[in-house]
Amino acid sequence: MMTKFKKFVQSPGLSSFLASVASIGIGLIFGYLLLAFLNPSMSFYGLGKILFAGASSAEKFSKVLYQAAPLIMTGLAVGFAFKTGLFNIGASGQYTMGAFFALYAGIILKMPWWTALLAAMLGGMIWGAFPGVCKALFNVNEVITSIMFNWIGLFVVNLSMSNIPQMLDRISANRTVNLAAANKSAIIPKWGLDKLFGSPYMNISILITASVAVIIFIVLNKTTFGYELKACGYNRNASIYAGINAKRNIVLSMVISGGLAGIGGGIYYLSGTAQFLVIKSLLNMGFNGIPVALLATSNPVGIIFSSLFISYIQVGGEAMQPQFSPEIINIIISVIIYLSAFSMLLKGLINRILTHQNARREKERVLHSSAGNSGEGIVTDAAISNKSESEGVTK
Amino acid sequence: MSDYVVEMLNITKIFPGIKANDDITLQLKKGEVHALLGENGAGKSTLMSVLFGLYQPEQGTIKINGKPVKINNPNDANALNIGMVHQHFMLVEVFSVLDNIILGVEPNTAGVLKRKEAREKIVDLSKRYGLSVEPDAIIEDISVGMQQRVEILKMLYKNNEILIFDEPTAVLTPQEIKELMQIMRDLTAEGKSILFITHKLNEIIEVADRCTVLRKGKYVGTVDVADTTREELSRMMVGRDIHFTIDKKDVTPGKVVFTAENVTVPSKHHKNNAVKGISFDVRAGEIVCLAGIEGNGQSELVYALTGIEKVSSGKMTLEGMDITKASIRKRSKLGISHIPEDRHKYGLVLEYSLANNLVLQRYWEPEFQNAGFIRTAKVLDYANLLIKQYDVRSGQGAATIVRSMSGGNQQKAIIAREIDKNPELLVAIQPTRGLDVGAIEYIHSQLIAQRDSGKAVLLVSLELDEVMNVSDRILVMYEGEIVGEFDPQTTTVEEIGLYMAGAKRNTPRTITAVSATLKK
Repeated sequence: MMTKFKKFVQSPGLSSFLASVASIGIGLIFGYLLLAFLNPSMSFYGLGKILFAGASSAEKFSKVLYQAAPLIMTGLAVGFAFKTGLFNIGASGQYTMGAFFALYAGIILKMPWWTALLAAMLGGMIWGAFPGVCKALFNVNEVITSIMFNWIGLFVVNLSMSNIPQMLDRISANRTVNLAAANKSAIIPKWGLDKLFGSPYMNISILITASVAVIIFIVLNKTTFGYELKACGYNRNASIYAGINAKRNIVLSMVISGGLAGIGGGIYYLSGTAQFLVIKSLLNMGFNGIPVALLATSNPVGIIFSSLFISYIQVGGEAMQPQFSPEIINIIISVIIYLSAFSMLLKGLINRILTHQNARREKERVLHSSAGNSGEGIVTDAAISNKSESEGVTK
Repeated sequence: MSDYVVEMLNITKIFPGIKANDDITLQLKKGEVHALLGENGAGKSTLMSVLFGLYQPEQGTIKINGKPVKINNPNDANALNIGMVHQHFMLVEVFSVLDNIILGVEPNTAGVLKRKEAREKIVDLSKRYGLSVEPDAIIEDISVGMQQRVEILKMLYKNNEILIFDEPTAVLTPQEIKELMQIMRDLTAEGKSILFITHKLNEIIEVADRCTVLRKGKYVGTVDVADTTREELSRMMVGRDIHFTIDKKDVTPGKVVFTAENVTVPSKHHKNNAVKGISFDVRAGEIVCLAGIEGNGQSELVYALTGIEKVSSGKMTLEGMDITKASIRKRSKLGISHIPEDRHKYGLVLEYSLANNLVLQRYWEPEFQNAGFIRTAKVLDYANLLIKQYDVRSGQGAATIVRSMSGGNQQKAIIAREIDKNPELLVAIQPTRGLDVGAIEYIHSQLIAQRDSGKAVLLVSLELDEVMNVSDRILVMYEGEIVGEFDPQTTTVEEIGLYMAGAKRNTPRTITAVSATLKK
């Protein structure tokens, strides 16, 4: 029992979880202080909305799920790339490409929803492939190329949309045509969930994306393919030494990551309740994948929950109107998101606190034990290597 | 005035889980060379870090010249005239010798450097102690031996009285080691006191006056070197008898397993080729050793052999098959195992568990995967088998993250993995680097077991003792070429040292003659 607890306390999973919870907690406190500063009398009301609005009704909760679904996909895109040692900051562009491919398949080619979703994946994959190939063949940093491909992707899509009038709404030409009018079969089915929750937003997308997350988890942890990808991410030289084709894996990893983001774009715009707007700024859904992945320390199953959380406070934030303006909501969310970037730092701190307590107890135990026999076996190899690592830190 | 310049009395230093130093006493007399002997992890570095103020001891006192002192940081140690030559030199590669020596204590008037004054002092010091250096040479252009003399001059320039040498001979040729020993004697003759950290017994016997031995963080004893023997010291250090000479059966080499013909490998660092048209072969049942000083093309040759780097010309065959252009995986399947030089960079995925690392070369085999899914249970079984068979120790068995394991056990894991593949050719680069005597003995016995079972072994080593003891045939590499071939039975360390340093070399014709006689 005791050893089980000890094992639990020392497990890396726990410290990751605590780090994420801590950054959320600090973020919420900061958010409350901001509310109190702006409108003291209403601050508790505002905080209450952030914390509870998402669960206040079935209709609100379906909004949470609705927004969480694409967020899971972009979170998976970023997290998957992280696990394989790449930083895919281009999820936004891949997401946009996915949206375009899905809408084109749905509106112009009149495909059913699941083919359109596959088209979305294809679009994202193509957009992910470019940075991957550049990295593998020419060693160009994937961060730079994928940022550029965000913008290239956005304007390629905007340009294409503007030149295919059949895709655009007849009244307001800056948005795509309503999917219900163009091709009903392209709308992601609802399986009666909309009636159950009493909300038109509710469909099966959350089930699809959660399943994808589980599949990604299995691929990364149970297959030889995942074994190779992670080995490349952790130590490229060792994987080359083991005969793994590192270049191929970099390309594949970016292609898969892009495909995941692409599905996200398809999921959102095939819902039938969203229309693609031809605007000149990058879509945030792609970037929000980064904090989602960080908050979950890139664990695919964890990403399901971190997406739900981000989506939950977003819905809560919207409910704070009109007492607080929507911009404040964004600030609060971005503080939490920003802090999640520190979750690695917090993780280290929590680890230190946890191990420090153990160490102090250990130290006392060692000091009190007689200098004779009981001290003999204490010098373990592992402990010595720990020591030399801490030496490295002090230097 | 006390007899001792440094006294570390009853020092205890505790790290989480271990006593790194347990009641250790070290007393350094003025004008002596005092060796500090112990295996890796015995607590030598910790003790020196305490002396340098990097760690504060839980118990114990430090006295300098009889006065108790508190050393809080390296600056305090400097102020007490304690200096150290680190194992890895602390030099600015692109600075001149002179600039490196005065770094940190630059003589100046109102911020203007007085190089002339510094030069006079350096020339004076180098004459007085026989430390020949070229003040205006750039560090990266001079030999390792001279770099070390620069490090020593740095200490002398700061008027340090207590000089600590941390494993100073690891990077030197036999001739340079001899020179260093003489320098150490000269320094003590001038009244300096030297602490000499090492695990090489021969050097202690040669140069040290007294020797303090540590084992597993504990103080074993201090002996007068004149009254002791190598065997006695090793028993104190390891706690049991160690066999210095390795028992090797006579094995007649069999068929040729591997050949290299005119292999040329371009260098990554400069325009010249790192390996310049080398030809040799390795036969079944023999250990061929590539000796040489670090950076003479041995690493590049092995990378080319295992497929990590490409050759620009030449041909390599394994059991008659041309493998010059084969992929790494193909070579591995054909029977090449590789114990890499840098176990952290190449040999292991440190974030992976021990089990995952043990199948790093085999995870794709049907035994360990089914339709792309890893058969976790099989992997664990196999890992546990290897752990038991090769005595790999770790905190949580097969699930241990390799990063948390000791260097010796990490190396054992690699050796288990590579030998268990049952290779035709085992390539090992410096497999004993940084390991203690016990682990070295183990690794040597594994290499010889491979040879005895009729496999070919190619060993790259910088340690001449290892070269002489383990190998059946020695090839010396110098500047990317094989400059000599020797039979360890009939040659001497000194002879090989001359070839390693480039002072002597054989023409290809004489090499062929030697190998012809050897092959008989």
